Amino acid sequence: MTKGRGAALGRRLAERDLAAAPEALNLLESSASGDSADRSDLLRATSPGALGQEPPGHVIGITGPPGAGKSTLISAIVKELRAEDKSVAVIAVDPSSKRSGGALLGDRARIDFDPADRELLIRSMAAGDRLGGLARPTRDAAAALSAAYDFVVVETVGVGQSETEISEVADTVCVVVQPASGDTLQFIKSGIMEIPDVLVVTKSDLGQIAQRARRDLNAALRSLGAKHTSVVAVSAEPPPTGIRELLDAVDEHRERSDIAAGRSERRKSQALEEFADEYGRSGLSLLGGRREAGKELSSLDPSLDVPGMVVELARRAGIAIP
Amino acid sequence: MSEHRLSKPDRPWMMRTYAGHSTAAKSNELYRGNLAKGQTGLSIAFDLPTQTGYDAGDELARGEVGKVGVPVAHKSDMKILLDGIPLDQMNTSMTINATAAWLLALYIVTAEDQGVSEDLLQGTTQNDIIKEFLARGTYAFPPAPSMRLIADMVAYTVTNVPKWNPINICSYHLQEAGATPIQEIAYAMSNAIAVLDAVKERVDESLMPQVFSRISFFVNAGVRFIEEHAKLRAMGILWDELGRERYGVKDAKLRRFRYGVQVNSLGLTEAQPENNVQRIVLETLAVTLGRDARARAIQLPAWNEALGLPRPWDQQWSLRIQQVMAFETDLLDYPDIFEGSTVMEGLVAEMLEGSRAEMAVVAEHGGAVEAVPYMKAQLVESHRDRILRIEDGSQKVVGLNDYRETEHSPLTDDSEGGILVVDQAVEAQQTEALKVWRSERDQAAVDTALAEVARVAQTADENIMPPTIAAARAGATTGEWSATLRNVFGEYRAPTGVGEASGSAAVGPELEVLRDEVARVSEALGRRLRILVGKPGLDGHSNGAEQIAVRARDAGMDVVYEGIRLTPSQIAASAVQEGVHVIGLSILSGSHRELIPTVIEALRDAGAGDVPLVVGGIIPDQDVPELEAAGVAAVYTPKDYDLTTIIGEIVKLVADRNGVAQSA
Repeated sequence: MTKGRGAALGRRLAERDLAAAPEALNLLESSASGDSADRSDLLRATSPGALGQEPPGHVIGITGPPGAGKSTLISAIVKELRAEDKSVAVIAVDPSSKRSGGALLGDRARIDFDPADRELLIRSMAAGDRLGGLARPTRDAAAALSAAYDFVVVETVGVGQSETEISEVADTVCVVVQPASGDTLQFIKSGIMEIPDVLVVTKSDLGQIAQRARRDLNAALRSLGAKHTSVVAVSAEPPPTGIRELLDAVDEHRERSDIAAGRSERRKSQALEEFADEYGRSGLSLLGGRREAGKELSSLDPSLDVPGMVVELARRAGIAIP
Repeated sequence: MSEHRLSKPDRPWMMRTYAGHSTAAKSNELYRGNLAKGQTGLSIAFDLPTQTGYDAGDELARGEVGKVGVPVAHKSDMKILLDGIPLDQMNTSMTINATAAWLLALYIVTAEDQGVSEDLLQGTTQNDIIKEFLARGTYAFPPAPSMRLIADMVAYTVTNVPKWNPINICSYHLQEAGATPIQEIAYAMSNAIAVLDAVKERVDESLMPQVFSRISFFVNAGVRFIEEHAKLRAMGILWDELGRERYGVKDAKLRRFRYGVQVNSLGLTEAQPENNVQRIVLETLAVTLGRDARARAIQLPAWNEALGLPRPWDQQWSLRIQQVMAFETDLLDYPDIFEGSTVMEGLVAEMLEGSRAEMAVVAEHGGAVEAVPYMKAQLVESHRDRILRIEDGSQKVVGLNDYRETEHSPLTDDSEGGILVVDQAVEAQQTEALKVWRSERDQAAVDTALAEVARVAQTADENIMPPTIAAARAGATTGEWSATLRNVFGEYRAPTGVGEASGSAAVGPELEVLRDEVARVSEALGRRLRILVGKPGLDGHSNGAEQIAVRARDAGMDVVYEGIRLTPSQIAASAVQEGVHVIGLSILSGSHRELIPTVIEALRDAGAGDVPLVVGGIIPDQDVPELEAAGVAAVYTPKDYDLTTIIGEIVKLVADRNGVAQSA
């Protein structure tokens, strides 16, 4: 084991030293080739293989259209979890500008936080130029931080596709909808949107409108045979209501799911993508194509971290690793 | 009698000066001096802690006490502030919003003390919360309870203080935030509709015509004064229409569009500041030229506003401008001089058409309260466009982006650079005085009164004014009243508009070059160059910070925009958690000398002492060395109008600090 920066940061996170988190995130965000070994070390040190179990933190994904009230909701969730003395890391993902590559990360301004609170971290991340999924640093960050924090909350913006993206990182996916918008209902019915684990109707202070939206969504889900998806109505405006019910629904989902299996699947699919990014189509063909590569991955130790899987795939493909 | 002359000249508008600083006693002295010089009404500027509901001594009040206005914490402060000014005769305008109900209560109690009953009081509380969310930032509570407080005040004054204007719908700050004339009209009218609809729920329907007639406006006038005058005529037409059609006001007199004005500050320059005098004069023409849309009350900014706080002499100059216009010229001798003007009619028709369309968009969003994020994003975009025009020279600003060669100006020669500097000891004195006040009052009475405020706040239909007046009488403080309501209502962070603002449509060659440089430096850093932008202290004028954030994004940076009202420890924690390469802070309230060193200390304590800090805002030249000595890497002021250049310098700063070599 190396004694480098990545290994040290990873070890600190594994020991739940939360002060290591910002620096660890800086490293995970780095695309400098000189940092890649440290990134691998960090992820290895926080992997189930190194910990002897899945990282204990639960990753909640929260997504929904702009203006649905996600930031206010996250403020309220953070407050509730902190009141229960649970440590929380929030990763707020905002889109990057196609034109300039830059991003305005404005969610921090809308989430209340106490700067003296050492057990709450809020980190903004740019989605970058990745199409069809979350940027690698977001996935790495969620994995690494779940070793140190009780809860990792990942927030993304979008309609339709974003719940697919967020399921790449989250153990439990919550989709936030405004009571007045019928889009979500349409998306679910038409199959454009995958069925989330928890549907959250915000602005329940609107009373009847919110309750009706909740009933409609419930009925639609039942007719599609989605027995387990909870529909929760919350109001994040003070005084917040429904936040505990939402967290109960998350807990329920957590209990009935096989978290370890889900995470292992996600690590494999991330590894496959990273392998394809790194070695291209020719790399994949050395393994007999994408499907065969997937089979190779399934034969690996499921507790392996992502860079470890990529290295193993490369080895099996007969690619010389520098 | 001829048709083109009035039989006797009109009475002049009410003349005021927006004033107040340091302490109640100092401000009282200033008011008496201004009244002696011929000012005909008062306009009270409160300091930011008073405006946002904090007492001196609170962490957030640090550096802001007595800076941009007078601190008023309790009834005795108000009594000293208005000492020797007969309130049954004075017409007082108070620029107060989130805490308007409280300051009106203190005013009423002070009048009682003078033996003046509340039904005789005349004046205005600004009390417009939507524009605080949009442009000015001194809000305290979330939108719904804020609207309820406004509605309660309107309902209370319409019967108990019938000559009071309980709210001044402000289009003023929208223009300062970049609004076009059409946006100014449309958003102000939509705002008024939101207020009137809220009041309708809380008063008897028979009172609505009275309510309608008590709503006044506070507008802006820019230097394109013909167009600006058309804007005011259009507002008058829309207001009349609204009263008739939406609220069924039958009496035409009750539908009159009444407005006060402060002319534009956004266009005042730090460069060759003497030019601001003619700008102010021309802008005043916009609100006085045509009799049919003339202002009821005028207050003018001072020539040195972009430099710092004006001195009594600077304010006197602005008052004299008003007096010359009213008493030396023949402005007031004629009927409306634009009647029958094809140009004016055409301009007004354009404005009406544009603003009706924009009002419809706001209505589609569910009204002004729900449309705050939409309107905010529109304003940020308009402001960005204005800055781009100044940068590329298509909008000329004399002395700033053109005709820059200048002789030395003797106006700023004195030791303090031609501005007022508030004594830093004021804050400690006010904090100490407050301690004494608390120890000498009947605490049990205060506790009981505040408990009643809390109880009424929790009810759906009781009016907040009576218990608020009782709490003022009992000796409660601004911070205590506000904290009581914060406990019931919760707090709120307004949308910033920057995330929604779209990227620059047209990118100039300078920005292209900068994007390449940002990409190069980011590559060398391993991560995309990341900046934290925010505003420390209570100053809510976020327009500049927002523009920097948007331009940095357009240059390719990842921008963590943290918004307003940040404590030094919040800034430090955010810098660490977000892993930023550089921090940019904006301060316009004059509190930089107190706040910036505290921020630097907090950064060091948090282990981020090596993250470079740049500061922008209204920073007098003579303060720059002090800030640099404290560790500030660069200071930007209003004369640095080219944002791309500023961002370029910040990129270079980050490159230097991180050992990234210069590009070949």
